[in-house]
Amino acid sequence: MPVIESVVCTFCGSLCDDLRVTVEQNRVLKVGGACALGRQKVFHDCEPTAVWSVEGMVVDMGTAMEEAARVLSSARFPLVYGLSTVSTEAQREAVALAELLGGTVDTTSSHCHGPSTMARQQAGLPTCTLGEVRNRADLIIFWGCNPMESSPRHLARYSAMAKGSAVTGRGQRRVVVVDVRPTPTAKAADEFIQIDAGRDYEAFTLLRSLIQGKAVPEDVTTTGSAGVPFERWARLAALMKGCRYGVAFFGMGLTMSGGREANLELLLTTVAELNAFTRFYAIPMRGHSNVAGSENVLAWLTGYPFAVNFSRGYPRYGPGEFTVVDLLERGDVDACLVVGADPAAHLPRRCVKHLESIPVVLVDPHVTLTTPLARVTIPVAAGGVGAEGTFYRMDNVPLRAAALVESRLPTDEEVIRTIRERITRAQDR
Amino acid sequence: MLKIANGRVYDPANGLEGVLKDVFVERGRVVEPPPQSDEWEVLDAAGLYVTPGAIDIHTHIAGPKVTSGRILRPEDHYGHPVPRTGFSRSGTGHTIPTISVTGNRYAAMGYTTVFEASIAPLKARHLHEEFHDLPLVDKGCYVLMGNNYFVMKGVAQGQKALLQEYTGWLLQAAGGYAIKVVNPGGVEGWKWNSEKVQLDTPVPPFNVTPRQILLALAEANEGLGLPHALHVHANDIGRAGNCTTLLETMKALEGRRAHFTHIQFHSYGITKKGGFRSGAEPIAGFLNEHPEFTVDVGQVMFGPATAMTADSPLQFRLRGLTGNKWSNADVEMESGSGVVPLVYRRNNLVNAVQWATGLELLLLIGDPWRVFITTDHPNGGPFTCYPRVIRLLMEPGFRREVLEGLSPRARRLTSLASLDRAYTFQEVIIATRAGPARALGLATKGHLGVGADADVTIYRPQGDVEEMFQRPAYVLKGGQVVAREGEAVAGGEGRTLLAGVNGCERLPGSLRAEFEAYYSVRLDNYPVEPEYIPCREVIACG
Ligand code: SF4
Repeated sequence: MPVIESVVCTFCGSLCDDLRVTVEQNRVLKVGGACALGRQKVFHDCEPTAVWSVEGMVVDMGTAMEEAARVLSSARFPLVYGLSTVSTEAQREAVALAELLGGTVDTTSSHCHGPSTMARQQAGLPTCTLGEVRNRADLIIFWGCNPMESSPRHLARYSAMAKGSAVTGRGQRRVVVVDVRPTPTAKAADEFIQIDAGRDYEAFTLLRSLIQGKAVPEDVTTTGSAGVPFERWARLAALMKGCRYGVAFFGMGLTMSGGREANLELLLTTVAELNAFTRFYAIPMRGHSNVAGSENVLAWLTGYPFAVNFSRGYPRYGPGEFTVVDLLERGDVDACLVVGADPAAHLPRRCVKHLESIPVVLVDPHVTLTTPLARVTIPVAAGGVGAEGTFYRMDNVPLRAAALVESRLPTDEEVIRTIRERITRAQDR
Repeated sequence: MLKIANGRVYDPANGLEGVLKDVFVERGRVVEPPPQSDEWEVLDAAGLYVTPGAIDIHTHIAGPKVTSGRILRPEDHYGHPVPRTGFSRSGTGHTIPTISVTGNRYAAMGYTTVFEASIAPLKARHLHEEFHDLPLVDKGCYVLMGNNYFVMKGVAQGQKALLQEYTGWLLQAAGGYAIKVVNPGGVEGWKWNSEKVQLDTPVPPFNVTPRQILLALAEANEGLGLPHALHVHANDIGRAGNCTTLLETMKALEGRRAHFTHIQFHSYGITKKGGFRSGAEPIAGFLNEHPEFTVDVGQVMFGPATAMTADSPLQFRLRGLTGNKWSNADVEMESGSGVVPLVYRRNNLVNAVQWATGLELLLLIGDPWRVFITTDHPNGGPFTCYPRVIRLLMEPGFRREVLEGLSPRARRLTSLASLDRAYTFQEVIIATRAGPARALGLATKGHLGVGADADVTIYRPQGDVEEMFQRPAYVLKGGQVVAREGEAVAGGEGRTLLAGVNGCERLPGSLRAEFEAYYSVRLDNYPVEPEYIPCREVIACG
């Protein structure tokens, strides 16, 4: 049976590229090498469930496209939103469409790792690729993230358990988890530090002082910090300073808890300063398959990583202003193209309420929670299964995902380009 | 069919300096004067200077490091918006403009070919994706190999043939044009937290020295017959006294083809008290005796810049010196990189000496065919500074004026005040296109002879040299007018220039097991697929 080797899994930001997929007569029979999430994704994406529809009525492709173009071009404040699970080819088209419309483009980043990106703009981001973690890291910290559940093969392929060139296995690494609850990742660690929710900033302040060799006030040495005894922080600080190549992965436990970008700014500053003593890097543990790509594409096209508005004919950056949650909450948006996201499932209720009141064009392979509120639904071939395309791993390594089966549906890229071309033609007329 | 009529042609490669001559263009190329040209469209160049399109031999405009810089620096973009027009995308940015703005600004300034100076092969797809959005200019890239695991291992084991095969494969896998070395061994040393790496420091894990790496890569470069020489960013960048390192490096490569890049950053002397001074004289003296070498300068200009290189330890040092934010990206098995925002100030002694050192080099190295004008964009300042650099070279009076505004101490630390040389227009044309084209082995660029690409920049002579170079009257790319009076007036994508390496289609078998063991991607998913470079031109190896 024909087996496709070295298949890239486009479910999570780990983009494992070693799957073996058995395909016969355009059907996937077996998915080898993936975790359960990845395997399920491939099978699920073989059979897109969405249909061409306008106002709940099944229509032909042309009618849906026409209505999508009409809805978006007649809006005064259109929003293009999502982009975290589609190819960079589609993302590039989406930015071009937002530019043409004089609208706004924002990604799921803004309510996920947006704060880490803003912290990066303040403090910088000392980082490395996942292969460096595998080859060299003798200290790995997972802070506010739980890859055992979100990215199940991460530990085996890239981090804790991986075998590398200089660090050859688990025995040569220390693994520390800092989280508010004992997670499966914490169980796989050498040390688990259970921190009080929302007190990360305090912990970083202490760690930074300890690493810098500054005096710590007595009340802290006696009562500890963030609900953790002082000695444990002192030991962690010593580990960080004493390792040869340390890497801190951080997740939404930090970006979405109190302090947000301030947490990250302090983490990134501490990591930068550690490089006076040793090598130390930080990697945002990004969830979706191509959310890293979306930041890159937006940055090379507009200069900004998310929350970009084109109403003046050039890109303007506005976290808090042009970010999806704020735009929908304020009710600014009067039409929305959703591609590569499921806002009804992930955005606050009040945002979804506004989406219900405006025309939404949904481009997605599947029926999702957003489908019922969409005026137009456009089915597409899923990237990495029915369509090929480029995806950026959480460490910004770009990979090409091939199509495994032939799809009768267009790709996200083609759909967005077609909508854009229709609008351009109409404007020229 | 176009006739560029009645212009004064400056085409140094063909020995023309201001000769009244018509240039005929058909299907993107310069052609023989036809027996009859009545039917031809005419571009009236009377009173104008007709030159080949300019070539930037070393710039950082696209790819992971540049985009990391864009993300790092929204403040570089806020005040510099560029609205969209009928044929070009909108964008932003000053020292690290967005990709479309970059292409348009280059073309509007008369540059028709540019080379991105560093790409780590693992992330090369990013560069080519972005190149796809770069309008108007032709482009290529240099592939980082000076800290590559397999290169260092091959050097340690003395496997020359294997090394040549591997470098050829890597060049192809990354879609590259030339072999680039950045702080050989020094970036690997950084990853091991080793002290500063000098030319003969053994570097873990294979204990090879930068000297050995350079020699081996120069040999591989020659063995492959690549169109461009080995492109070298030497060890020890940015330190007082580092001109000795550059001299030693050049001596190590004596008799071979090599291009030393942004040598201004490598040409510093040291005062008795350990202070910073220019070391341009010994470097220029050596280069004047060594016709096998070419260089670009990496001129520093006062104002904002963004330091970005694959030289990770340098960037961390800059963080310490400036207190500015710092991004770093180590790339497994291959390389590193870093980004730090900078401002060069007139009243900063070191910055003033850097500025003078670059100009000294440009004036002291006698042969314009071998010394090229760059700012190592955006490291010494954005490429949009080139017209001002040119004015500094052509007008000793202007140069003196700026020099006199600097502190007397800075003036004493360089010999710039004593240099009276003024570049001629022809010399500028050599140092910005004819010379780079020759150094890059581009037979159809940098001149206007029959068969050349019809990339033509037409200047309006005037008293204000800076204005003349900032806003050429016409810029033609492949025979089409793409810019007028300093504004892009067309869209479209240029070609990607690739080195046509032969017989290195596969990674040598003996390296495969280690590749699969230590890279985080499969070998199958590593080489950049042809789809990423749809518009390509392969330059044959000699
Ligand atoms: S860890 Fe992520 S990328 Fe890897 S197989 Fe599982 S879902 Fe796919």
